[in-house]
Amino acid sequence: MNYLIGLLSVVFFILAISVIAKSMKLNKNLAQGDDESTPLDSSNNSNAYGMLIFWLLGTIAGVWSFLHSLPDFLPEAASKHGIDTDRMFWVSMAVVTFAFFATNTLLLFFAFKYRYNKNRKATFYPVNHKLELIWTVIPAIVMAILVFTGWRTWRDITSQAPSDAVVIEITGHQFGWYVRYAGNDDNQLGNQNYKLIDETNSIGIDFTDKNSFDDFTATELHIPKGKPVLLKIKAQDVLHSVYLPYQRVKMDAVPGMPTKFWFTPTISTDEMRAKLNNKDFNFKLNCTEICGRGHFGMAITVFVDEPADYKKWCAEQKPFLATNPSYLEKVPANLKAKASKYIPAEPIATDSTATAAAL
Amino acid sequence: MSTATTHAEEVHAHAHDHEHEHHEPNFIQKYIFSEDHKTIAKQYLIMGILWAFVGGSLSILFRLQLGFPEMQLEWLRPLLGEWIDESGKLDKEFYLALVTMHGTIMVFFVLTAGLSGTFSNFLIPLQIGARDMASGFINMLSFWFFFLSSAVMFSSLFLETGPASGGWVIYPPLSALPQAMPGSGLGMTLWLTSMALFIVSSLMGGINYICTIINLRTRGMTFTKMPLTIWSFFFTAILGLLSFPVLLSAALLLIFDRSFGTSFYLSEIYIQGQALPNMGGSPILYQHLFWFLGHPEVYIVLLPALGMTSEIIATNARKPIFGYRAMIGSMMGITVLAFIVWAHHMFVTGMNPFLGSVFMFLTLIIAVPSAVKAFNYITTLWKGNLIFTPAMLFSIGLVSLFISGGVTGIILGNSALDINLHDTYFVVAHFHLVMGSASFFGLMAGVYHWYPKMFGRMMNKTLGYIHFWATFVGVYCVFFPMHYTGIAGFPRRYYSFTALGNGREEAFTDLNMFISIAAILTFSAQAIFFWNFFYSIFKGKKATQNPWNSTTLEWTTPVEVGHGNWPGEIPAVYRWPYDYSKPGAESDFIPQNVPYSATPESNLPEENEEIANEKAIESLLAAQNESYNR
Repeated sequence: MNYLIGLLSVVFFILAISVIAKSMKLNKNLAQGDDESTPLDSSNNSNAYGMLIFWLLGTIAGVWSFLHSLPDFLPEAASKHGIDTDRMFWVSMAVVTFAFFATNTLLLFFAFKYRYNKNRKATFYPVNHKLELIWTVIPAIVMAILVFTGWRTWRDITSQAPSDAVVIEITGHQFGWYVRYAGNDDNQLGNQNYKLIDETNSIGIDFTDKNSFDDFTATELHIPKGKPVLLKIKAQDVLHSVYLPYQRVKMDAVPGMPTKFWFTPTISTDEMRAKLNNKDFNFKLNCTEICGRGHFGMAITVFVDEPADYKKWCAEQKPFLATNPSYLEKVPANLKAKASKYIPAEPIATDSTATAAAL
Repeated sequence: MSTATTHAEEVHAHAHDHEHEHHEPNFIQKYIFSEDHKTIAKQYLIMGILWAFVGGSLSILFRLQLGFPEMQLEWLRPLLGEWIDESGKLDKEFYLALVTMHGTIMVFFVLTAGLSGTFSNFLIPLQIGARDMASGFINMLSFWFFFLSSAVMFSSLFLETGPASGGWVIYPPLSALPQAMPGSGLGMTLWLTSMALFIVSSLMGGINYICTIINLRTRGMTFTKMPLTIWSFFFTAILGLLSFPVLLSAALLLIFDRSFGTSFYLSEIYIQGQALPNMGGSPILYQHLFWFLGHPEVYIVLLPALGMTSEIIATNARKPIFGYRAMIGSMMGITVLAFIVWAHHMFVTGMNPFLGSVFMFLTLIIAVPSAVKAFNYITTLWKGNLIFTPAMLFSIGLVSLFISGGVTGIILGNSALDINLHDTYFVVAHFHLVMGSASFFGLMAGVYHWYPKMFGRMMNKTLGYIHFWATFVGVYCVFFPMHYTGIAGFPRRYYSFTALGNGREEAFTDLNMFISIAAILTFSAQAIFFWNFFYSIFKGKKATQNPWNSTTLEWTTPVEVGHGNWPGEIPAVYRWPYDYSKPGAESDFIPQNVPYSATPESNLPEENEEIANEKAIESLLAAQNESYNR
């Protein structure tokens, strides 16, 4: 790193020298006084050639750097809608790259070609309505097509989730994610209230709701491949944003306003590991809305399982109530019987701290 | 070409009827609490330049972290103190503070005040033919409110808890809850205070610009004879006048939430082991209010740059701007549409997806007038006779950056594509090119072009060329590669990318290092400008009256423009501002104040008919003088 600082100071030094040299030249020029009627100087052609050189080097650098970075772009989309949006992205990208390249080429080329020549006079060409009409209409049509396809995809992505979707609740907090599943019995998430949050019940599960009894929590996100998954997204303190880079999923988590996003994963973790030839590969869930000091590290691991494996994993999970039986107190009397069947016969040792916190 | 002055002196040699000129202002009145629009413009410009160096150096600090995550920054401890943590790295919260303050400073203090404040003030009276702004006093207040706002914002950099750190958009609840991050404490209070003052300043400026343009145009200066610069300042002022108050209300509600226990933006919050009592607020409300300014703000910084570029390109291509009316029309279109596209910043914030569809349609419409502008610039170059002054180079650079950054807006404006790209470096690349760099190039072009009028001296051209090429290449090297990290899904405002997992942070190590080095070099190159600017004020070559052979009215004033701008009568205007290389004309430019009756050799048929109106225009002189003596 010292090497780098050294390099930078050299650069600064060179700049300083050149500035001083130029300013001395400037002083010399001062003595010469005024000259011609046009503000032209000997550098005009150099600047014109500069445009051409910039175009050439820019094109080479652009193409090379794109090809060089291509392998590092996200691998193929791992969700149904992601495949669509990726295709649309590259089509749109091709259109705009064409527009970008064509217009920049004309700009720099004209700048070069029509550099000052004292034997030539500029063409007085103030307006051409036909030309203007053409280049208003063409972008408008291209835009309309892009908008229309974009809108149809957007409409499908944001449509109502299928009724058989696996419902999972994700709650963002500084700086991590809580995951809650609807449970193995009723497939219904129970109510939740931020005022019920304590050290153990970190999501604030409301045990007066019978749907809560079989809900279980996890520190990682498991989702079944090929099944629609509906994420119900919440935040406890500040804004966060659920971001599944490979599944092309992004949705803000907003305190006080639940949001949602549904998608269908198409590639399981194992398949992706085989594809990338990387045994340690894991999907991730990151945060993309600035939320404070730990923002950049706010991630959990995501496992996309084959449906059978997913079922098996779910079956292994114990309801929150089962691991924290003290919360039975919070269950209203008329539902106690229903809740009790989730309580194991022997109270679990971890229970004592939970009770203390609850009191 | 001192046609105007001589013309005026012949006819009204006695005319010296401005009260202002009778008493000589003292030092304070002349340079500090000045009511002269030219002095105020220079004050804005110098503040803007100083702010640009502050904002730029903040970005260099966080680029060190991003480009060289392993780097030991102990050597910065004398400057940053505790913001360098025990391990010799940038503190994680301070990183966010740097990002936040860089954005705030650049958007508001440099590109709004430094650009619009400088050139609206300087050029409106000079180009429309007015003695000064409609209200010199309000204009002065406008600058001093800006100064106050700057002082408050600058002081927040020195707080122990740091300046505001929640991103330049300061989304609540993060910005509303001091317990969420230290920067949301006093730093945020100062940020809000500073912005409130800034908005007051900007409103006073904007009202003045609009009044001046509507009321104080010289005789003959109809709206369709105004230079495009003035049109752009006019639309900019309207945008600011209608949108800044909304930001003020957003800020006020946030102040209430922070200090007076209200719940406009807060609801159901559990933080640091405590459930807050706030219920029923909506963070999304803030985002709507913020972006109702935030999006027009993009055009507030961009339109003046585009307006000045139109002027500079026409002058130095020695060719009329192509499609003058289309240029006005597209700016008008952009101005109107700018108000109804704000929610494209919010596609994935949980806003109703139907609203997302509507805003996607509206957003992509705005691409059409923008495209028209780009095509018109290119056609203006076609068959021109280009003189590459530093201003011209920066203007061509602006058009290039405007296109390069603009096209990716079509991608981001598509809500379906925005899902994956939102809050990634793709967005950073997009707006730094189209809004940041393009506007900055406009600012530079304006400084190089109007410097002779501002200070009566020329800047050194060779240094200008070096400055341009270093900056042009540099800006592309910094921001173009960011598209790649964006496509790869790297989120912005990340201190490091380790949590992306799977070794992905290593994918762009070299690229990030390259970007950082390019940023440092580009920033260093601005020292050339800094030197050139301040040195030339005192030692530059003396300017001539019309160094670029331009047609607009400011070049009819004396080299050292006095108070009241024209020593004699204000010249009248007879023609549009773009009579360059007119067939038949002897000179390759005909200033706006030359009547058609004086140029029978080059008049177009419809222009010969306008000769009849010249008497009517001249007869307005008495009324015009009257308006200044009231």
